[in-house]
Amino acid sequence: MSHDHDHPHAPLPRADEPPVAARVRALEELLVERGVLDRDTIRRRIDWLVSRTPADGARLVARAWVDEAFREQLLADARGAALELGLDPGPSPVVVALENTESVHHMVVCTLCSCYPKALLGPPPDWYKSLAYRSRAVNDPRAVLSEFGVALDDDVELRVVDSTADIRYVVVPRRPPGTEHLSESELAGLVTRDSMIGVAQPSLSR
Amino acid sequence: MVERAVHDRGSWPTDAPIDRSEHELADWEILMDAIVGALGSEGVMNVDELRRGIESMPAADYESASYYERWLFSTETILTEKAILTPGELDQRVAR
Amino acid sequence: MTYSVGQPVRISARVHAGHHRTPAYVKGARGTVERVHDRFADPETRAYGGDGTPHRQLYLVGIDLRSVTPRDHGSRDRVFVDVFEHWLEPIE
Repeated sequence: MSHDHDHPHAPLPRADEPPVAARVRALEELLVERGVLDRDTIRRRIDWLVSRTPADGARLVARAWVDEAFREQLLADARGAALELGLDPGPSPVVVALENTESVHHMVVCTLCSCYPKALLGPPPDWYKSLAYRSRAVNDPRAVLSEFGVALDDDVELRVVDSTADIRYVVVPRRPPGTEHLSESELAGLVTRDSMIGVAQPSLSR
Repeated sequence: MVERAVHDRGSWPTDAPIDRSEHELADWEILMDAIVGALGSEGVMNVDELRRGIESMPAADYESASYYERWLFSTETILTEKAILTPGELDQRVAR
Repeated sequence: MTYSVGQPVRISARVHAGHHRTPAYVKGARGTVERVHDRFADPETRAYGGDGTPHRQLYLVGIDLRSVTPRDHGSRDRVFVDVFEHWLEPIE
């Protein structure tokens, strides 16, 4: 058995990292060495990932709350509306904004994996990717909403949206009452990540 | 009742409460995500292949693995299939 | 066969051994076309290294939740799922 010592050192285990971490670093080393990927491409991708936050999605919602023409554009072409605000809608070819109303409430899930509009909302929370959510969002969505503190009247139509294809869905939650005096950026501050998934409602009390 | 694969969780029988605790992504998880994204943008492995690879995990492993462990399993499987990695190579590399 | 908004459809219950994106819980269910999306690359062939052509028409289909899961749902509650055309069948 021979070992080639003219190679970058094997990834060393770091404190508190599980064994899988070393395997991921080894994968990176191998792919870079082999010319399959270059480090710059990976670094740029890391930079993009860590720059994603729900503040982008919140800006879309707040603008839609104050500007009727923008609201219509958002509902017709969310990707285009995001670009209008100088936001990055991400690589998905289509993003659809779904508006909650007095009579319709949307809640998004990906039962098959974890599809999520991360360009606009940042990385998905662990619970969104969990087996329990992926099952119960369809199995028992009103019970799930209760766990999240949302109670819907019986006559509200709950629409559980299962993103099974390339389309990414973002929920436009209802503007809370008593916010007429707030500026657009103050309104954006009320729009939480969870409200854009459909498991929370924005409110003045935080 | 149609037969279902382990990844096909919609309406899977469970009353398990949803654990709402969250964790910041670890460096290795962000790196795993970035590697997959880069493989996609470079045309080496697409998202459908990633999903197919995840779905090929033995059921018990799928259910016990963490999210990015599934991504690593899939990436290793698909890249070995494409002869970009050789079987067992990652393990050998880590063991050095 | 193409479909339009408001049209009743059935989601095929056929067995498909390879990668596909039609969840088990909607197979065999009846619903209504809510949206006609664009055509997209076919994940069923792309998952095996194909280029995903010919692209497939995608639809958003609304299904009464009570028809696919056994719980107490609101009487109007529905699940909306993105389904490819080749997984839909017309209902007379």
